Amino acid sequence: MDAILFLAFAFVAVGCAVNLVLQKHPVSSALSLIGVMGSLAVLYLLLGAEFIAAVQLIVYAGAIMVLFLFVIMLLNAGAERKVKGRSLISKLIGIPAFLAFVGVVAWLIETRYVNAGALVHFGGFTGGGPLEVGRSLFTTYLLPFEVTSVLILIAILGAIVLARKEFD
Amino acid sequence: MNPYIVLTLVKAGLIAFVLVTVLAYLVWVERKVLAHIQLRVGPNRVGPHGLLQPLSDLIKLLFKEGVIPSHVNKPIYLAAPFLAVMLALSSIAVLPLGPQIEVFGIKTNMGLADINIGILFVLAIGSLGVYGVALAGWASNNKYALIGGLRSSAQMISYELPMAMALVAPLLLFNTLSLREIVEAQSGYYFGVIPRWAIFQMPLPQILSFILFLIASFAETNRIPFDLPEAENELVAGFHTEYSSMLFAAFFTAEYGHIVTACMVGSLVFLGGWQPLWPAEYGSIFFPTIVHWFFAGICFWHSMQPARWYDKYTMPVVGVILFLLGCVFLVPVLQPILVPLFWLLFKVGFLIFVFIWIRGTLPRFRYDQLMRFAWTFMFPVAVANLLITGLMVALTSK
Repeated sequence: MDAILFLAFAFVAVGCAVNLVLQKHPVSSALSLIGVMGSLAVLYLLLGAEFIAAVQLIVYAGAIMVLFLFVIMLLNAGAERKVKGRSLISKLIGIPAFLAFVGVVAWLIETRYVNAGALVHFGGFTGGGPLEVGRSLFTTYLLPFEVTSVLILIAILGAIVLARKEFD
Repeated sequence: MNPYIVLTLVKAGLIAFVLVTVLAYLVWVERKVLAHIQLRVGPNRVGPHGLLQPLSDLIKLLFKEGVIPSHVNKPIYLAAPFLAVMLALSSIAVLPLGPQIEVFGIKTNMGLADINIGILFVLAIGSLGVYGVALAGWASNNKYALIGGLRSSAQMISYELPMAMALVAPLLLFNTLSLREIVEAQSGYYFGVIPRWAIFQMPLPQILSFILFLIASFAETNRIPFDLPEAENELVAGFHTEYSSMLFAAFFTAEYGHIVTACMVGSLVFLGGWQPLWPAEYGSIFFPTIVHWFFAGICFWHSMQPARWYDKYTMPVVGVILFLLGCVFLVPVLQPILVPLFWLLFKVGFLIFVFIWIRGTLPRFRYDQLMRFAWTFMFPVAVANLLITGLMVALTSK
């Protein structure tokens, strides 16, 4: 059952990701991205990380993608125009470079993680509840957590500065 | 077959059937209550007191021609209403309806799924709810619909924040995210009389959070005074201008589904769910019976002095039915199932009444007022409330 669900949602995620690139219209691309986010949430849920799954839905699918969609609708962006005349270099080495990149990533995962005995099996992980996540955020990962909040504060300040420039 | 699956299917069917019926009748309730607030009579032509009005509305909408305008983005235009209904109704799956019960020797929870992040699930589905409206507005390819959809997405993002903040404050008191445990954390009474509901619970009664939650849920459900997405005098009908027949009805269902969910969450988190207002030793288990018998008494009294000639015959019948319904709550086998359910639905019904009451009372906000209210009043107050609650919990915890 777990394997079936995993395969189904993994296919949905990859299919939506491919569709995201192929679609001509920005709104359809944004909808495909929501599909990716949603199926990722289900994958998290299957791995026992229910808190991350809920946060994935609330933050990414619920807040960020709504903003994306909002901006696309507000700017009334039309369908993408095909750019003619790609450079010879991109035509020649585009696909080989992509395959090489995938190969390197696969090799890294294979050597670093698969043989290290760190595989998570379905139902084998129970530390994904809000209690465990909160505890590790405020003990083990306290410094990265706080640094991230400073980073977000800087981003907010940057947004305010940019918005003020518009008004002046 | 696995008995768990059978039981869940039976419960899901039951809850879905009841929910859809309730949603249809909420339209009738809303029209009737609004009418009485405005000193009108309301629907009274189809059936006694217009009680068959939802059915006739449904038949009318089913047999209407579904017009699809030629300029719409067809796939998204058709998907949006289904998305809206699906997202509005799926939260009900995690809302508990009563304590654990035993039927024919099988222990089961009242309600469908009892997950340990119940409240987060409700928030997640609620945050997705905006897609139905936003996509409907965009796909209609109509400027009124588009503005309605844009307004709705901006409004729902803005009010989601104070809503989540207002919900977090009582969660600090309960120390759990599971809705069942949240309700169980509100059992018991101070001095034997004051219930330990979140709005009364020490160290900090969450009345402010409750009010913030209610205001934010008016905005989340696109209700007056925050119904800017469908402001008739500016936007024709807002995001559903281009929709007709059952697709239009789908948006209606979604709106009422959101109301029911919001009222359920409000009663579960703030009003103690199925915990009665006063202890069982003072007879709170007889409350449902008394309510039914009270209305039965009113029916009998009216049949004594009939305003219309047929009241002499119809009123006693309704009275007897209400009296018998009251008696059902006295059956010892059914009591542990029905009495908590009645208390929960009583609170939900009261909150739904408040929703309609507000609609009959307040005018609509202007759009800039709406946004300013969310960001410069609701959000700071919610954060301050959360901080004070956290401080009080930290000071009083052992």
